[in-house]
Amino acid sequence: MAEPHIDVRYVANLARINLSDEEVARYSTQLEDIVGYIEKLGEVDVKGVEPSAHPIEMSNRVRRDEPVPSLPAEGFLQNTPDHSNGQLRVPKVVDA
Amino acid sequence: MSLASSPLSSLRQKLVAREITSRDIVQDVIDQISSRDQEIGAFLSFDPESALSAADQADLSLPLGGLPIGIKDNINVEGQPCTCASKFLKGAYTAPYDATAIARLKAAGAIPFGRTNLDEFAMGSSTENSGIQTTHNPSAPGHIPGGSSGGSAAAVAGQLIPATLGSDTGGSIRQPASHCGVVGLKPSYGRVSRFGLVAFGSSLDQIGPLTHTVRDSALLLNAIAGEDPRDSTSLHEPVPDYTEGLDQGVAGMKLGLPKEYFTDGISPQVRERVEAAAKNLESQGAEIVEISLPHTEYAVATYYIIAPAEASSNLSRFDGVRYGNRTENPEDMLSLYKDSREAGFGPEVKRRIILGTYVLSSGYYDAYYLRAQKVRTLIRRDFEQAFEKVDAILTPVAPETAPKMSDAIGDPLKHYLADIFTISANLAGNCGISVPLEPIDGKPVGLQILGPYLGEKEILRCARAVEAGE
Repeated sequence: MAEPHIDVRYVANLARINLSDEEVARYSTQLEDIVGYIEKLGEVDVKGVEPSAHPIEMSNRVRRDEPVPSLPAEGFLQNTPDHSNGQLRVPKVVDA
Repeated sequence: MSLASSPLSSLRQKLVAREITSRDIVQDVIDQISSRDQEIGAFLSFDPESALSAADQADLSLPLGGLPIGIKDNINVEGQPCTCASKFLKGAYTAPYDATAIARLKAAGAIPFGRTNLDEFAMGSSTENSGIQTTHNPSAPGHIPGGSSGGSAAAVAGQLIPATLGSDTGGSIRQPASHCGVVGLKPSYGRVSRFGLVAFGSSLDQIGPLTHTVRDSALLLNAIAGEDPRDSTSLHEPVPDYTEGLDQGVAGMKLGLPKEYFTDGISPQVRERVEAAAKNLESQGAEIVEISLPHTEYAVATYYIIAPAEASSNLSRFDGVRYGNRTENPEDMLSLYKDSREAGFGPEVKRRIILGTYVLSSGYYDAYYLRAQKVRTLIRRDFEQAFEKVDAILTPVAPETAPKMSDAIGDPLKHYLADIFTISANLAGNCGISVPLEPIDGKPVGLQILGPYLGEKEILRCARAVEAGE
């Protein structure tokens, strides 16, 4: 694996987090350290090994398609920063 | 001994004998917190009135009738805050429902009481990453309580409440239990429903109890374990009575000491305590054998790819739209997201989200995330092979006793490396418990007992033998 070089500002934008210049500098050093350490996995022979997304093997567990009562919307709306008429309100997304 | 400092099992006897009432216990918990928690900082909030009224209606015919249980502040309890110790959610969120583990506690008669401190969103191992307050180790003044369930461990160790629930993604129950001198159990993945636990690493997270005694741990596991249609990873497996056979002893049990866990990285005193505990179990009739978990040295690297990757995805829901605090006067949607997340998240959470986003990003996915998933398979196989030879595995919980406050701040990698003994159980999905040993220079230290998948009965029985022998 190549020497890690992390463009922290680019990655933070992907993660939708603003960072100050000071944070970019600090995280760059720390993340280079951490990524340098995790490069260690390059040593392991993983040829032919199946990846595990989960500790136990399971897939597509479904329950019966029977309606059960849902939690009332009010409980969730009370936690939204801004709502009206039972909808979440956000700044305009598409210009007319 | 105050009521708040008593084990659940003895409170239960007194309640049933009508020597005390549930109100007596809850009132003592309130008094203890009010008079002593300023120094400890275990609780973020509590609601005395609702707890007292629940106490007055307690049904003593139920297995945990009238017993107050402290709850880590990342598990939803209807009508109570759930801050995850984050500024993002502080003052901005009231849980609209009960987590399944909470619904089950209530169904068993228990009273969820108060909200305990944690590293923000459970990310950390010292509780110093709480965005709200500091928690001190009541058993080792000047030292961290461990984390991320540091509030839950300190609340029990500080004798503020008889027992608590925590969550464990990489050791977050077992390590603070070890540092504070209480019993902490991480159940097997899928044993306890994760519904209503704020997700950090969804393939790693489990809820579990922190208690004074091994018996109390079994009592709480009895209540919270079981299948849940709301969590598709919860197991369709019967729940045994975990208190049954606790005192059976370890005669005839085969216990493994993994040679990779006893290397230079561990303090000689911790090593000495763990080896002495193994000797003690041997004298009680167990057979001690050396085993190998060959991929141990890759566990930290694997974990610090998988856990941040899952966290970066899970925490995308904190966007300033659906819940939590929103930045004021955002220009547009993008600034609403980015500014709300900048203001809401603390440094460790940002660091892990960025690390997780990086390892999942285009061009790096195969080198990091996919490779880590493959090494995870190898780590799981190590355990499967080991458990063909032994019934349980004995290890240290942490390389050292609780570090001094602020010792590792600013050096995240140093913190991550100290998780070496606990994270493998989360990657492999098996169960583990930390049980207190004789303190080192007055500071608590735990023995970790790792069990096979769904081997909770075996490790509880073994932990009980350690407890009885101390």
